[in-house]
Amino acid sequence: MSEYRIQQHPILQFSLGRRVKFYFEGEALEGREGEPVAAALHAAGVKVLKYSAERERPRGFFCAIGNCSACLMRVDGRANVRTCLEPLREGMWIERQQGKGDLDA
Amino acid sequence: MIWMRECEVAVVGGGPAGLSAALEASTLGAEVVVLDRDDGPGGQLIKQTHRFFGSRAQHAGVRGIDIPDILTEEATEQGVEMIFGAEVAGYYPDGVLTFKKDQKWCKLRPERVIFCTGASERFLAFPGSDLPGVYGAGAVQTLMNVHGVRPGQRVLMVGAGNIGLIVSYQLLQAGVDVVAIVEAAFDIGGYAVHASKVRRLGVPIMTRHTVTRAHGQQQVEGATLMQLDEDWDPVEGTEQYVDCEAICLAVGLNPLAELMWQAGCSMAWIPQLGGYVPICDEDLQTTVEGVYVAGDASGVEEASSAMMEGRLAGLGCAHSLDRVDSDRYRQRREELLHELAALRSGPTGAKIREGLQKMQQAQPLRQVLVEGSDC
Ligand SMILES: Cc1cc2nc3c(=O)[nH]c(=O)nc-3n(C[C@H](O)[C@H](O)[C@H](O)COP(=O)(O)OP(=O)(O)OC[C@H]3O[C@@H](n4cnc5c(N)ncnc54)[C@H](O)[C@@H]3O)c2cc1C
Repeated sequence: MSEYRIQQHPILQFSLGRRVKFYFEGEALEGREGEPVAAALHAAGVKVLKYSAERERPRGFFCAIGNCSACLMRVDGRANVRTCLEPLREGMWIERQQGKGDLDA
Repeated sequence: MIWMRECEVAVVGGGPAGLSAALEASTLGAEVVVLDRDDGPGGQLIKQTHRFFGSRAQHAGVRGIDIPDILTEEATEQGVEMIFGAEVAGYYPDGVLTFKKDQKWCKLRPERVIFCTGASERFLAFPGSDLPGVYGAGAVQTLMNVHGVRPGQRVLMVGAGNIGLIVSYQLLQAGVDVVAIVEAAFDIGGYAVHASKVRRLGVPIMTRHTVTRAHGQQQVEGATLMQLDEDWDPVEGTEQYVDCEAICLAVGLNPLAELMWQAGCSMAWIPQLGGYVPICDEDLQTTVEGVYVAGDASGVEEASSAMMEGRLAGLGCAHSLDRVDSDRYRQRREELLHELAALRSGPTGAKIREGLQKMQQAQPLRQVLVEGSDC
């Protein structure tokens, strides 16, 4: 079980979705249906979500509410998806994006 | 296909300010549509597990996470329509709002619009601050309290205002070690109750200290802390390395005012209110007729005042739509202004009072512009 998932909390109870399988850079991972893609990746220990356009610096989760653009990834072939908001679905294909992303893909 | 319809009042943002604005306007008989990009109501409140301080205003003592339900239920009873997953991206000169819903662009033409978009977190620049593992405090709250995921096992908190202190406490509740809270100022900015809670649990609060570097190649593995001198410069030789997987920035918020810039509202730079804010009158109407603002978007404060401001803007809209007679309007307005004044009284309200005074000084600009355009 992931060390990142909170199992017990004094106040909150988390109503997580069913377990689903998804793919990150081709590797099969497990997450909870409906949680943001970035949260599922984080829980699986993946913190680097993309690389910056000019200096190829790693970028990760930063604002969690769709304001910044640190978590843009390629999801099922679509570039620039804000993964802090995008709900996870069974079989999703997630890839790190390099730079600005390609709209035609 | 483009979806287009009209309504009397559109409220952009369904946090405490937006829900309250919708409630006030609809109670007075206006037809209200709330648009929020989230998939449910509440804004910032949905991650706040602590009991609210909020002075005399309603809901003090209630946990932040429980407030949205209370407001939403009332608003629904009043017939407020709420559209979630609806991100507003534009406000056009002809008064049309455009928003994206289910990958489609939709249009709404309201007679009045109230922007209650809240605020976004500030960033702090230091070497390595762009590494994965450096988060906004609100982001950590969302990750942890909404999605049940920890940011890491050892976290450094930057900023000892209320947000930094509260999120530190919430990290401890989630089973995370907070290695230290660093604060550049001489004093802890947040309330003493919050500070003593985290101190009792063994978290050091280091005033006059800041983070000067995040270490790690692909993600944060540690941080350097340094003491600050009178000029707020780091003192050589005071470097201290801490081992941590995450750095959490709680260094303030900026109003989310893009839509108001776009609407052509006159803006003023008022640091006490968090940065650029729209200039507005006591009804919270901006310099563009029919465009109102409330909550953190009009100046970063807290949820209790956001709710009162929402009410005020909702009242102003209803009045301008002739839904409330002048006597009742004036009386209600006095009530709300009085509540706001109470919330902003005392030493904790000093900064806001200063900011609002600046706002009033910015007021004549509007008069000049209006008079200018008349002749
Ligand atoms: C850690 C923390 C602790 C706090 N503790 C307290 C406390 O104890 N007591 C207290 O009174 N206050 C507290 N606050 C402050 C309080 O949460 C905020 O002041 C309050 O939520 C502001 O309300 P709002 O409605 O203006 O904005 P928000 O709550 O930020 O709501 C804004 C809403 O607008 C939506 N939105 C933004 N842009 C768009 C767009 N373009 N299209 C559609 N929707 C959009 C967002 O999704 C969001 O739902 C705390 C804040 C934090 C971060």
